[in-house]
Amino acid sequence: MLNVKNMNVYYGNIYAIKDVSFDVNEGEIVTLIGSNGAGKSTILKTISGLLRSKTGSIAFLGETIENSASHAIVKRGLAHVPEGRRVFLQMSVQENLEMGHYTQPRITMNERIEDVYERFPRLKERYKQRAGTLSGGEQQMLAMGRALMSRPKLLMLDEPSMGLAPLLVDQIFEIIKELASLGVTILLVEQNAQMALSLANRGYVLETGKITLTDSAKNLLENDAVRRAYLGG
Amino acid sequence: MLILDQLINALQLGSIYALVALGYSMVYGIIKLLNFAHGDVIMVGGYIAIFSLAAGHHPALAFFLIVFGCTLLAVVMEKLAYTPLRTAPRISVLITAIGISILLQNLAQFFFEARPLPLHIPLPTGSINIAGTTLAYTMIITIMASVLSMLALNFVVSRTRLGKAMRAVSEDGEAAQLMGINVNNVVTFTFAVGAALAGIGAILYFVRFPVVTPTVGAMLGLKAFIAAVLGGIGSIPGAMFGGFAIGILEVLVTAAGFSRWTDGAVFLVLIIVLLVRPTGLMGRKIVEKV
Repeated sequence: MLNVKNMNVYYGNIYAIKDVSFDVNEGEIVTLIGSNGAGKSTILKTISGLLRSKTGSIAFLGETIENSASHAIVKRGLAHVPEGRRVFLQMSVQENLEMGHYTQPRITMNERIEDVYERFPRLKERYKQRAGTLSGGEQQMLAMGRALMSRPKLLMLDEPSMGLAPLLVDQIFEIIKELASLGVTILLVEQNAQMALSLANRGYVLETGKITLTDSAKNLLENDAVRRAYLGG
Repeated sequence: MLILDQLINALQLGSIYALVALGYSMVYGIIKLLNFAHGDVIMVGGYIAIFSLAAGHHPALAFFLIVFGCTLLAVVMEKLAYTPLRTAPRISVLITAIGISILLQNLAQFFFEARPLPLHIPLPTGSINIAGTTLAYTMIITIMASVLSMLALNFVVSRTRLGKAMRAVSEDGEAAQLMGINVNNVVTFTFAVGAALAGIGAILYFVRFPVVTPTVGAMLGLKAFIAAVLGGIGSIPGAMFGGFAIGILEVLVTAAGFSRWTDGAVFLVLIIVLLVRPTGLMGRKIVEKV
């Protein structure tokens, strides 16, 4: 579904992503794990067209997207929930969802907003409130609901557990699992490797901009090097 | 009644500043650009008014041409000069804006000479008497037209798809892109809306000051800029408030017998705001993102 080949990304003179290649197949949950600054977010941003790779190619559903504008990529069915949620704090919950529907025909909007409210009843309770007044967990739900408004085929989630209480983290991961069972393919970036690997089918380990290891999630959970580096023992 | 008289006078002037300030503030809100060529759009509106009225057009058509001409000019300006600089450092874009301002003024001087040209905007003359105060129709029309324009703007920004996208882009451009919003289109739309308001502002300005020169937009633009800063640049209600505040200030200073000091008083406001509260009265704190 998503094929990344030889991605090389620079921030000015800083060489951030070094020849990264990986694939996500339809129906999978794939996770990129790695410590802070390893380049996980940079990879997602490059896939969604916010950053450009110097070389290589990115294909989504068989078509190259490495030169497409971000808004065109969203329209193809690739949604990206950015790190730090980035909901529009000054806008209401409902307006945030409307923005998520921007690429879609207007006629489906109300129906999809209802779908999102059904999945996240908390958002419905607060539909008129400014997103800035929501708690961190609610904002994460809003960010995910907003991304689901475009009915993505592939959903990229960047650190959905960041800054959330353990109970909320469980809830968010439960939702991710549910989405996957509904047929949404998921590319999950996480520092919380334990959670990510217990959910995913496959994983890639990223270290200072390079993929150093790839395996099934099950094997990675049992891998000694991974345990030492990311699982605290 | 002298006070009511002066108040209406201040509202008339303030509403013109507010209309122009809105364009400044909206464009800043969306691409963090102080579009110093914004005032010169009004100057161009003035010349369009002179020529379309001289051509014998119906005033309604002339008004339409002024607003349309201003809008078109801003869109062309944005596409030719600012779009290619979307990723350039902000200082480059600012210098470009000043360059365009100078270019427009010099083009006007080249084609229409530096000589001031009289411009009579055909609005109903006459006045009504309310509570011993004589209100000219032009004053009432100016205030009403401004209020209606601002209500229309409020509707666009809070209710329409593009208007909401504008708010989204102004809050977080990157996140807006991830929603599938084409930021370039939204920026162009913002320039167009700001210039349309400036076009309306141009008509109302020349009702009050019926002379067009190539530099007529410069001072008006600067004062509108100060109004926008006072209200909190980037904030729509702030620009409206700032416009009225500057109008009231000018009328007060004049009424107090210091009419030579009105411009000075306005610039003093800029200095004070920048020293005391640089985000303006209704501006959001700017958090530099790492």
